Amino acid sequence: MSAHAHDHAEDHHDDHGHHHKETFVTKYIFSQDHKMISKQYLVTGLFMGMIGIAMSILFRMQLAWPDHQFTIYEILLGKWGEDGVMDPSVYLALVTIHGTIMVFFVLTAGLSGTFSNLLIPLQIGARDMASGFLNMISYWLFFLSSIIMLMSLFVEAGPASAGWTIYPPLSALPQAIPGSGTGMTLWLVSMAIFIASSLLGSLNYIVTVLNLRTKGMSMTRLPLTIWAFFITAVIGVVSFPVLLSAALMLIMDRSFGTSFFLSDIYIAGEVLHNQGGSPVLFEHLFWFLGHPEVYIVILPAMGLVSEIMATNARKPIFGYRAMVASILAIAFLSTIVWGHHMFISGMNPFLGSVFTFTTLLIAIPSAVKSFNWITTLWRGNLQMNTAMLFSIGFVSTFITGGLTGIILGDSALDINVHDTYFVVAHFHLVMGVSALYGLFAGVYHWFPKMFEGKLLNKNLGYIHFWVTVIGAYGVFFPMHFIGMAGLPRRYYTNTNFPYFDDLTDVNVVITIFAIITAAAQLVFLYNFISSMFFGKVGPKNPWNSTTLEWTAEVKHIHGNWDGPIPHVYRWSYDYSKLNKDESDYVIPGQDYIPQHMPLQENEEELNH
Amino acid sequence: MTALLVVLVIILFGVAVWQMNKIFQLSKTEGPDNASEIANDKDNNFNGYMMMGFAIFTYLLLIYCFWEWGDVLLPKAASEHGAKIDNLMYISMALIFVVGFFTLWLLSYFSFKYRGRKGQRAVFFADNDKLEFIWTIIPVIVLAGLIIYGLFTWTDIMNVNDEDDPMIVELYAYQFDWRARYSGDDNTLGEANVRLIEGVNQLGVDASDPNAQDDVVVNELHLPVGRKVIFKMRSQDVLHSAYMPHFRAQMNCVPGMITQFSFTPSVTTEDMRRDEEVTGKVGRINKLRRDKSKVLVEKGDEGLEPYVFDYMLLCNKICGTNHYNMQMKIIVESQEEYEAWMKTQPTIAEALKK
Repeated sequence: MSAHAHDHAEDHHDDHGHHHKETFVTKYIFSQDHKMISKQYLVTGLFMGMIGIAMSILFRMQLAWPDHQFTIYEILLGKWGEDGVMDPSVYLALVTIHGTIMVFFVLTAGLSGTFSNLLIPLQIGARDMASGFLNMISYWLFFLSSIIMLMSLFVEAGPASAGWTIYPPLSALPQAIPGSGTGMTLWLVSMAIFIASSLLGSLNYIVTVLNLRTKGMSMTRLPLTIWAFFITAVIGVVSFPVLLSAALMLIMDRSFGTSFFLSDIYIAGEVLHNQGGSPVLFEHLFWFLGHPEVYIVILPAMGLVSEIMATNARKPIFGYRAMVASILAIAFLSTIVWGHHMFISGMNPFLGSVFTFTTLLIAIPSAVKSFNWITTLWRGNLQMNTAMLFSIGFVSTFITGGLTGIILGDSALDINVHDTYFVVAHFHLVMGVSALYGLFAGVYHWFPKMFEGKLLNKNLGYIHFWVTVIGAYGVFFPMHFIGMAGLPRRYYTNTNFPYFDDLTDVNVVITIFAIITAAAQLVFLYNFISSMFFGKVGPKNPWNSTTLEWTAEVKHIHGNWDGPIPHVYRWSYDYSKLNKDESDYVIPGQDYIPQHMPLQENEEELNH
Repeated sequence: MTALLVVLVIILFGVAVWQMNKIFQLSKTEGPDNASEIANDKDNNFNGYMMMGFAIFTYLLLIYCFWEWGDVLLPKAASEHGAKIDNLMYISMALIFVVGFFTLWLLSYFSFKYRGRKGQRAVFFADNDKLEFIWTIIPVIVLAGLIIYGLFTWTDIMNVNDEDDPMIVELYAYQFDWRARYSGDDNTLGEANVRLIEGVNQLGVDASDPNAQDDVVVNELHLPVGRKVIFKMRSQDVLHSAYMPHFRAQMNCVPGMITQFSFTPSVTTEDMRRDEEVTGKVGRINKLRRDKSKVLVEKGDEGLEPYVFDYMLLCNKICGTNHYNMQMKIIVESQEEYEAWMKTQPTIAEALKK
């Protein structure tokens, strides 16, 4: 199959150059080139990320200093920040949109969209995605959904504010909260479009990985990045449609008087006609996507980290097969654990037992992955590039955040920490911060592939990393404590409970760390923009990496390789491999063997 | 003023970054490859040491958090099953600390020890089935133990049954308050539906149901100590969650269905107020409140009331604008005190007659 694809690609190459007269519009806007689309995803994702992080700073300020008036509220929130006092309903809107933006727009589209698009064709040796056109549609649907989400911030009654999980009846009834009017409608429309975009993208990734691998690139020779993107796309295709069905039913409940999720409701002085629906059904549907979604977010980061870590450690990734197997195991388990978000939702406690069992099983492949990363560092020759630092940071937050999952996944323990700040601390560390580190690691590592050989400034990178990594722990570590003190999340202020008065100073510490960490992202932003234009151009293969993308042209051309596509003769982790008599590396003086190098005479063949 | 301070902090931060960058650049003038943006030995060295510092930072942060905030955590459980949850929590926490300490140390130490040097050879170490088997099987065994222990605890807690003559109480949630309905002498709740809500009949109780006549609706939950209670939860409008942190109890209130949770309170409010952890916490809280009051009084506002400990029921599922202030007081007292209080409350039959 791949051989056929290769031939086809070569034919394609022969006539390339004849009919590709690029205009500004086809090159920068409606581009069908995967490299340009990946940059579009990245820039849109970063833009949304800025908004999401800015929102978090606003509500963190409210939590730390609930009695203070901040002019900034008035400037940014308008009528909801009059006299510098934040309105309670806009607080909920901020947390809702922060969650939505960060989970879907930054960490799903910004991370997986960017790097799947950039790396799948380049690392498997393909000239482009299977369908460049669908790929373009996928991006523009994502763009459209971003625009609609941002538009919803400006509607009169405010944007959706029922939490990013939008549990009905709160999200279904405008009488229950103002944000459930037009704001919620726009939220649902935006997400429906987002799901369509995600599905088109995922199908494209799957087909490309299965069909367009270059000659010799068997599945077991794929870099772990590609394995991660491939499996992520599969989970996306399996679970996103379920969210769409939930969204459609919610739209019908809201607009057409059906009762999928509503029953026996008395609100604003009247009884609603709805009868027989169940909000628990919505929770099931939502989390059937919602839980795989956290793996859709974290798996690509894991793939990027594995690749970057091996490259910079100058060592093969430890236990390649175990790494692939754990990706598969995590993907499979991720679809049967959603109930751990619902232990106390009122569903049958027996189901809770089943979900506790499956949930704690996920700890096993996760533990294997963590140990394998640590072993990859062991006796390496670690090149501390910024990407490497973020990869190490990823493993650190993945471990600290993942371990508390043992508590939350245990139904008996979940009873008392459910929906407290303990949960907020847990998922921010394990999927939020970790996935962001993965994103940063990827950007620092593959920046030269995106911007024609230019490198990001390393010193600014170090500053960015160290401030972020200290700040992120400063934010989320103390949060475990206020959670275990019983403080519920999504409270506009805790001043109505004198019992929580002694948590105020913890909240102040958290907010100060949050502001510092957010400021460090400005360093990254500056570095990103200035290096895009004035970055120093590095060598063609700056990190001495084995994978195919570094053999492609530095200059972006349609079709990636000017000549024929290279064939592959080995796996992608032949770092520091010694020759038969162990006197030197296989290629003397060079500690890596690119994938397109045939087996050398002085080299022992391993089963890779 | 604060806005100015924030702006100042941001500006100073910018200056700091700029200066740090300058120092970095000045510190590398010699050598040909220093001009590049790829890490050299100097960077490897610097970041290797920083990684060690990072490990120490995480440990110090942990110690600081426990030192400074260890006492904000919830006091001992006030319910019989709560002790079991706490026990399981201690075991899980101990496990987490051991594993976390160990793995984070290895991560940082390896990053430091094997930081890149020119000429250093990395070891080609791609597989080791034995090693991988070991660290697959150890989590399997440990988690199996944890899962079994957790499931026994869970089943035990969630097995709501009629043993030990439990008292039936309804918890009723609506935007943004709670009501409790006692089932009265017959210990059976009368039928209710939101369609019957009218005037004083706020909970939609079926007035024609004989079981409903002796029901008692209140907005302060009194529980006799040592008596098992089965809570039947209802919600009138959106999802709420009845969270009683001191009793290690929580259950969502779902419109359209009745959910339940059961526990036996084991410590009276009076006893809890005398508990060492609680007195310490209340003392700190009242100190903070006195300090705050001084500022308020100076401004001409009213000072804050001193705080007295009480058990509480909070809403813990986002339910609307005033979600942050949806609470009910819980009082655990002796059987006699409870009965005396109950006598003063009107039954539904009496309340509806008025």
